[in-house]
Amino acid sequence: MSHPASASRYFVPAPSHWPLVGSLALLLLASGAVLAMNSSTNGGFMLLGGGFAVLVTMLFGWFSRVIGESEGGSYNLHVDRSFRWAMAWFIFSEVMFFAAFFGALFYIRVLSVPELASPEQALLWEGFKNVWPSAGPAVKDAFTPMHAWGIPAINTLLLLSSGVTVTWAHWALVANKRQQLIVGLALTILLGLVFISLQAYEYAEAYSHLNLKMTTGVYGSTFYMLTGFHGFHVTLGVTMLTVILLRTIKGHFTSERHFAFEAVAWYWHFVDVVWLGLFIVVYWL
Amino acid sequence: MQATQQVGAAGHHEDDSHGHGPTGLMRWITTTNHKDIGSMYLMFSFVMFLVGGAMSLIIRAELMSPGLQYVSPEFYNQMLTLHALIMVFGAIMPAFVGFANWMIPLMIGAPDMAFARMNNWSFWLLPPAAILLSASIFVPGGAAGTGWTLYPPLSIQMGMGMDMAIFAIHILGMSSIMGSINIVTTILNMRAPGMTLMKMPMFCWTWLVTGFLLIATMPILAGAVTMLLTDRHFGTSFFNAAGGGDPVLFQHIFWFFGHPEVYIIALPAFGVVSHVIPAFSRKRLFGYTSMVYAIAAIGLISFFVWAHHMYVTGIPLTGQLYFMYATMLIAVPTGVKVFNWVTTMWRGSLTFETPMLFALGFLVLFTIGGLTGVVLAMTAVDIQMQDTYYVVAHFHYVMVAGALFSAFAGLYYWLPKWTGHMYNEGLGKLHFWLSMIFFNVAFFPQHFLGLAGMPRRIPDYAQQFADFNMVSSIGAFGFGFSQLLVIVVVFQALRGGAKAAARPWEGARGLEWTVPSPAPHHTFEDPPAFDPAESEA
Repeated sequence: MSHPASASRYFVPAPSHWPLVGSLALLLLASGAVLAMNSSTNGGFMLLGGGFAVLVTMLFGWFSRVIGESEGGSYNLHVDRSFRWAMAWFIFSEVMFFAAFFGALFYIRVLSVPELASPEQALLWEGFKNVWPSAGPAVKDAFTPMHAWGIPAINTLLLLSSGVTVTWAHWALVANKRQQLIVGLALTILLGLVFISLQAYEYAEAYSHLNLKMTTGVYGSTFYMLTGFHGFHVTLGVTMLTVILLRTIKGHFTSERHFAFEAVAWYWHFVDVVWLGLFIVVYWL
Repeated sequence: MQATQQVGAAGHHEDDSHGHGPTGLMRWITTTNHKDIGSMYLMFSFVMFLVGGAMSLIIRAELMSPGLQYVSPEFYNQMLTLHALIMVFGAIMPAFVGFANWMIPLMIGAPDMAFARMNNWSFWLLPPAAILLSASIFVPGGAAGTGWTLYPPLSIQMGMGMDMAIFAIHILGMSSIMGSINIVTTILNMRAPGMTLMKMPMFCWTWLVTGFLLIATMPILAGAVTMLLTDRHFGTSFFNAAGGGDPVLFQHIFWFFGHPEVYIIALPAFGVVSHVIPAFSRKRLFGYTSMVYAIAAIGLISFFVWAHHMYVTGIPLTGQLYFMYATMLIAVPTGVKVFNWVTTMWRGSLTFETPMLFALGFLVLFTIGGLTGVVLAMTAVDIQMQDTYYVVAHFHYVMVAGALFSAFAGLYYWLPKWTGHMYNEGLGKLHFWLSMIFFNVAFFPQHFLGLAGMPRRIPDYAQQFADFNMVSSIGAFGFGFSQLLVIVVVFQALRGGAKAAARPWEGARGLEWTVPSPAPHHTFEDPPAFDPAESEA
């Protein structure tokens, strides 16, 4: 059912079992998570592990197939244009996902904390002051908020530099300079890995020395939710960049046709921009 | 699955030669064909429609008379929650995705969807979500009993059934986002040469805007339920005032998704009706351009009206006024659409086959639902009617008589194209009239109940509401059992009946009518020439 590549015909892939494997993985992950959160047995964690293994297998198998089709020349320019549209819309959906958490942060800072500290609430929450960072009126544990001009500022520099290195790698790809391309990608991955390590160190510090935890009221909630999902996206980005690096080493991509590289670069810039938002409204202001 | 296979056997018996992929069950599991996937979506949504319908009949049985008869209040709450979640996410949305899968490639002259393999995954994500939702009834503590809006603090206090609903919503969201990216990309990139955006069939326009709404708002819902999950299990305080959060925050985020969701359901329904009414009026659609702008305007305004669901949460007066006027603004583009449909019929050569009957039923009843929506938009009025049966009546006029009637109009309209046979017109008309009568018997009295002050989401009620509730329950059972006729009609059309011509409706326009009936397994592998005479514009 798959058609040979041609200039006018649109590529329609052959039947595939990977979607079903992916659905099975998500069912296992969801049931595992439900059990892990609600029962004391280890069954949930085993399901989670199994689901994760199936998911990785699916991603590996599915993307191997896609890469094979791409290298086999099945994707004409028409298909390429579809990929561009789809990646752009996907990144838009990711922007909206982060918008939900940024929106929650703004609501909490502008409405809910000032409201709880208003005179009408004084009987209920006596002495609660409208200051930010706040853990809310009932969390009495003292904590130290995360300081912007330490590790977070360094992380900002790291991510901004990684945006430069990935662009430098792209120029190399367009100019057919393989060596510079590999170096550029490797540098980007390295900067990403250092960023993740520093984030992990920051979390450890927050828990051990600053008494800043997920349970530290709304400040802890928004801090960990926003930086945590961002860190997860950086990890995904690094994984994707690594795949691109390995493919480059194998000799994939040409100076004209390399949308996989561009898609990952778009994604990386998106992660970068989200971080700038985080740095300004979560750490700095 | 058995039933699905029969569709394939009967629906595609004139399969062309190169169908050498897997056979039997594996064919349906692994398929990348938009027609197969469209059929699976439609079958799945109909099964979910029956499941969700059965739950609504449990609700109506309990409400038939005052007092507690059949179920406990907890189980009643679980039924009304699952009824809503299953109908919205399992029945109506997949039904229109099924139409999109079947018809959009045929309408724009594309060989398939832009991403045929991902299309398969979008469908096969639905069963795991359905399994999670239905299994949640049997876990300790039962299913979520919060209503589909999942408001905290109640949703924070529920048992593990709530976690299953949360993960089901995550999976359904993934499915919707992938499906929408696929549909939007297909529409933007795969139209036949010469089919410009302003010559595109109206169903494609409605899905382009719907796809945008889904891509923009499903991640918001995912974020909202993720915060619920961490509040439940990881000690965060997003919706907990003691930690500085606010339960009302959830309502803002939920309705920022939830209001566009209403148009996600309504817009494809508008699209179907915009095909059926011109076909049976034997005229072009009146005001094509204004229809396109109306769709875009509805999509855009839907992002700015969410707090009209929250007039009684204590939002400031200026906020109430803003959301009241913004909400009323939506009546303008919606009115443009209604008047354009009416004007399309003006001096047309009307005939009243089943698709047209359902489209007209849609037009009349959706307009009633729209008008009660304008009533509810008024803050001063809404404060009296919040969470009464008036609201229940309002949104069932929009959801059932709007979306569902339009889906039936589409089903009867395109069934000859799918099966190659005409359906039984007599049974189709019977289905329409039973639906039309019983729907109104079921839901019209609920307006009176709401105005008289009967609250919704309560299994028991005061004596003075007994008569109208009895009437409503009789209507609900009649409506529910009438829907079984669909099974008979579809199976008859699959197995035989008069052969359908390529263009069985003489007034129908569009590329889908230029291919034979039933549509061959593969169509438009080479882009067709687009004849502007096939355009509604």
